Amino acid sequence: MDKVLTGENMMFLLQGAGISLALALGALLIGMVIGVLMAAGRISKHKIFNILCGTYVEVLRGTPMLLQIMFFYLGIPVLIRMMTGVRVRMDVYVVALVALSLNSGAYQAELFRSGIQGVDKGQWEACETLGIGYWPMMLKIILPQAFKRIVPPLVSEFITLIKDSSLASCIGTSELMYNAQVLGAHYYDYLTPLLIAGVVYLCMTLVISWLAHKLERRLAVSD
Amino acid sequence: MTNNNPSVMIQANNLSKNFSGMHALKGASLSVERGEVVCLIGPSGSGKSTFLRCIHGLEKPDGGEVYLEGKLLDPKNKEEYRALRNKMGFVFQHFNLFPNLTVLENCTFAQMQVLKRTQEEATENALSYLGKVGLLEKKDSYPNNLSGGQKQRVAIARALCMNPEIMLFDEPTSALDPEMIKEVLEVIQELAAQGMTMIVVTHEMGFARKVGTKIVFLEAGHVIEEANSEEFFTAPKSDRAKEFLSKVIYD
Repeated sequence: MDKVLTGENMMFLLQGAGISLALALGALLIGMVIGVLMAAGRISKHKIFNILCGTYVEVLRGTPMLLQIMFFYLGIPVLIRMMTGVRVRMDVYVVALVALSLNSGAYQAELFRSGIQGVDKGQWEACETLGIGYWPMMLKIILPQAFKRIVPPLVSEFITLIKDSSLASCIGTSELMYNAQVLGAHYYDYLTPLLIAGVVYLCMTLVISWLAHKLERRLAVSD
Repeated sequence: MTNNNPSVMIQANNLSKNFSGMHALKGASLSVERGEVVCLIGPSGSGKSTFLRCIHGLEKPDGGEVYLEGKLLDPKNKEEYRALRNKMGFVFQHFNLFPNLTVLENCTFAQMQVLKRTQEEATENALSYLGKVGLLEKKDSYPNNLSGGQKQRVAIARALCMNPEIMLFDEPTSALDPEMIKEVLEVIQELAAQGMTMIVVTHEMGFARKVGTKIVFLEAGHVIEEANSEEFFTAPKSDRAKEFLSKVIYD
């Protein structure tokens, strides 16, 4: 056990944690953009947008994240070769970020949709009777209220992303889970690195929950 | 098509509305002259609120038409439709203040967005109306820190800030605790005294009798009786109105 516990190995794990956090944060932000657009598509009265965005959300939520990661890493290169004859090798970090973002986008689309539709109908009607146009209404009245409702589930989504980023270890993305496995294999001691990785994951998620709690209290001034 | 009696503010002809197969409104008509206070009364589910919402366009009527100052409210004619609707102020049963804005911001936002007033003009105007409803000292509060009666008075001030020519009230006191009903009715009465044209859906018979100049009694989506208020309350003509009054008035 004490063989694993060197400063160098701890740095190796922390580096992995940094990658995990960066992947999760990146996926949260990119997923947010995708989510807002998909939510807009699902709410819109355009049939085609509606169906396209609905399909996207259902497909990505209805298939395993592990499969999605594998598909982007192993499946897409085959597709590219079949269509263009070019052999490509995917970058594991890019694949991990893209897969996590697309997956999170589908979940966030549902968060934004329910958040916007959950704003009291009376708010839309009040804007209508005051003559307020669509965009000022959305930006100043509807979205701020929707966002407030979305913050708690968005935080859960971020925490889920931190944990799900560990799935990227299966394609060799050098994040926390992968690095723990590397150490375990090297020292024939899986217990210690996995325990430490577990504690690091827990620390990250607890800190985020705590920060989110503070944010929620600040947002609650007008309640 | 226009309607050329200059004293008629609103003319609603044969409005009808179905909600998923249920007829909420079946050819209801109404004419409101400038300065009149028309009270819509009737049993629950009689279509009073639907009638009011169809007049404003919050509900799109399935049939019939509404004229405001002689001009047809036609959603297809977007520019004019918007301009005409902006002449109507609307007050909701559940206030519908914007909870993320302060009382003052609630009153200034639409003025700046829609009427393109500057912040100073909008604020000055808002403060004068907040003063009239007696809530100047609450200008920096958020709506959720106000009582129901205060919320409704802010909602009235917010609507007045847009300088409407006619005010529509949809059961303005039905969501209030009993001790707050009066403060809201007094504000509406004061408006009436200043000559504001109004249509009020209400269950407050005392208010309808005292402040209303005309009573329109609805049942099952039909206008059953239309009379000036004193006449309606002392000598209703229809049996349905007699029966309704005997049930709601306790003396």
